[in-house]
Amino acid sequence: MDLYEHQGKELLRRFGLRTLRGVVADTPEEARRAAERLGGTVAVKAQVLTGGRGKAGGIKVARSPEEAEEAAQKILGMDIRGHTVRRLLVESGADIQREMYLSVMVDRENRRPLILFSTEGGVDIEEVAETKPEAIVRLHVDPLVGLLPYQVRELTFASGLSGETARDFGGAVQKLYEAFRGADASLVEINPLVVTGEGRIVALDAKVTVDDSSLYRHPDIAGWKDVEAADPQEHRAQEVGLQYVKLDGDVGILGNGAGLVMSTLDVVAQAGGSPANFCDVGGGADAEKIATALEIVVSNENVKSVFFNIFGGITRGDEVARGLLAAIQKTGIALPVVVRLDGTNAEEGLKLLAEGAPENVHTEETMLDAARRAVELARDGGH
Amino acid sequence: MAILADENTRLLVQGITGREGAFHTRRMLKSGTRVVAGVTPGKGGQSFEGVPVFDTVSRAVEETGANTSIIFVPAPFAADAVYEALDAGIEVVCCITEGVPVHDMMRVTDYLRMRDATLIGPNCPGIFSPGKANVSIMPADIFSPGGVGVVSRSGTLTYQIVNELTQIGLGQSTAVGIGGDPIIGTDFIEVLKKFEADPETECVVMIGEIGGNAEQRAAEYIKAKMETPVVAYIAGFTAPEGKTMGHAGAIVSGGETTAQAKSEALRRAGIRAAENPSEVARLVAEALGHESP
Repeated sequence: MDLYEHQGKELLRRFGLRTLRGVVADTPEEARRAAERLGGTVAVKAQVLTGGRGKAGGIKVARSPEEAEEAAQKILGMDIRGHTVRRLLVESGADIQREMYLSVMVDRENRRPLILFSTEGGVDIEEVAETKPEAIVRLHVDPLVGLLPYQVRELTFASGLSGETARDFGGAVQKLYEAFRGADASLVEINPLVVTGEGRIVALDAKVTVDDSSLYRHPDIAGWKDVEAADPQEHRAQEVGLQYVKLDGDVGILGNGAGLVMSTLDVVAQAGGSPANFCDVGGGADAEKIATALEIVVSNENVKSVFFNIFGGITRGDEVARGLLAAIQKTGIALPVVVRLDGTNAEEGLKLLAEGAPENVHTEETMLDAARRAVELARDGGH
Repeated sequence: MAILADENTRLLVQGITGREGAFHTRRMLKSGTRVVAGVTPGKGGQSFEGVPVFDTVSRAVEETGANTSIIFVPAPFAADAVYEALDAGIEVVCCITEGVPVHDMMRVTDYLRMRDATLIGPNCPGIFSPGKANVSIMPADIFSPGGVGVVSRSGTLTYQIVNELTQIGLGQSTAVGIGGDPIIGTDFIEVLKKFEADPETECVVMIGEIGGNAEQRAAEYIKAKMETPVVAYIAGFTAPEGKTMGHAGAIVSGGETTAQAKSEALRRAGIRAAENPSEVARLVAEALGHESP
């Protein structure tokens, strides 16, 4: 789960990191009042779950409440990389002396937390990694032992800071690691982490991703989920425990198991078609779940045909067939549905389909034949 | 021979009386696996399908000599179940559980480095050595004994490919599902090493997917160290960037993690990479010098 900047900062503050004073605003009027309350120069920042806000014009500096209102007017409703801006963070200004980069993430390869630090902050870190790899310090943390004092010292020396500011920086590194661990994050990134004129370390931005599998132990963070921002079909699928991703083609795709469904998308593309979605009904799906999945898949109006690909393991073919028949009856869909059924009890399932399925249901023996058929039927406009 | 699970496997089921544990224990028994013990805290002294149930793993190991464990406990307790198995001296631990928190897994795999044991999973279908031992949730009837080793990040895709291998007469030595999570106990390379050392494995099928760079690292290993031929297939060519495709680890998060990049890296290392799952069996036959079906 990705957090908005204002949520990420709330989380960092809980772990003792310093951020600027800020107020969330949903309307230009609220932005004006926020600027009045904060006083002086403020930054009006779009709250979207994507990068590149600055370049897209999603961050504006305002010298007065009136300017903040105007800026809010311009930013609200703006589209940034497919994300509509519906909320703003109005933040007081800062006297920035230096910009640095600091993050902690899960390093899959080493199976450990990885801290990245760079004295080059406020810029695209991937670009720094390519053009000036020596400007990035990489440090692995043993998750059982935790971040060690000598590691904090190493980073502090790398920062080139001294005195009280260096101590403040060391504290920020420790707190960031605690936030990473405490919130079960897969990424906490501060870019830029700044040194102010008073020699204080402040997080000017916050990008936090929390591991979805751990949300059961963080009900407060789980409650921050913004259901309005999600695609409505994806949201509904999530509610009933289906894995669903919307794509932009015209062949609806359902199957059991993430790998098989991904592979089904590929085979459809190879057959010259274009998948409209990815829907994994998971293991042991019952008739009701299959009905809901089918409803969600065909609720996308671009869908011209459906490819239903099942390889039964725990999932039994006869149950799938019953579920599918019930689903077709319930949804009354007339679109062609191509079924490929293999594995546990597939024969019984195919027999049930042969006996009871309406004309728009076609069966194929192999995945490749089924893909070709589904693509052909979609091309014919669903007839 | 086989790897990880064979005729010497003495299996312990953690969570044997739960819904999943009970269901799959029956299936594993049916395919001839020696299930010697079960563990469900609080149910020690009972028995399930003739298998004695214990309160703790250490007691189960003491009494029955179990050397392998399969875990069916819910995600919040899965890491603890792995620690318990490792501390009791179990050699091969296979965690089926889905949705284990990533931070739990970082600590578990860190702990694992200090032990002489193997962890498969989590979020995986398990280990199946046809005719020898079934430590998995895989459908038994698609398998046949033979010389093809299979290692995969995906469950159903393993079934699809194993089925096609069996249909053209290519039996399997062992199929290992390593799981689709970002942090797993055993990666491709560790399984490939075991297949390379297994005299009965004549060819290996590696099934990968988008996300991470495990396939690229495996490609380097195969090129440098393996004599056994490898056929690979990567799922997710059409996956859009930034969207998690079912498995927690299956997400395109940069140029290196796409199916294209992975397939290209494999081909550059001289590995046969299939375009779709159905091509795999044909490429295996070719690698083994069999006539193409």
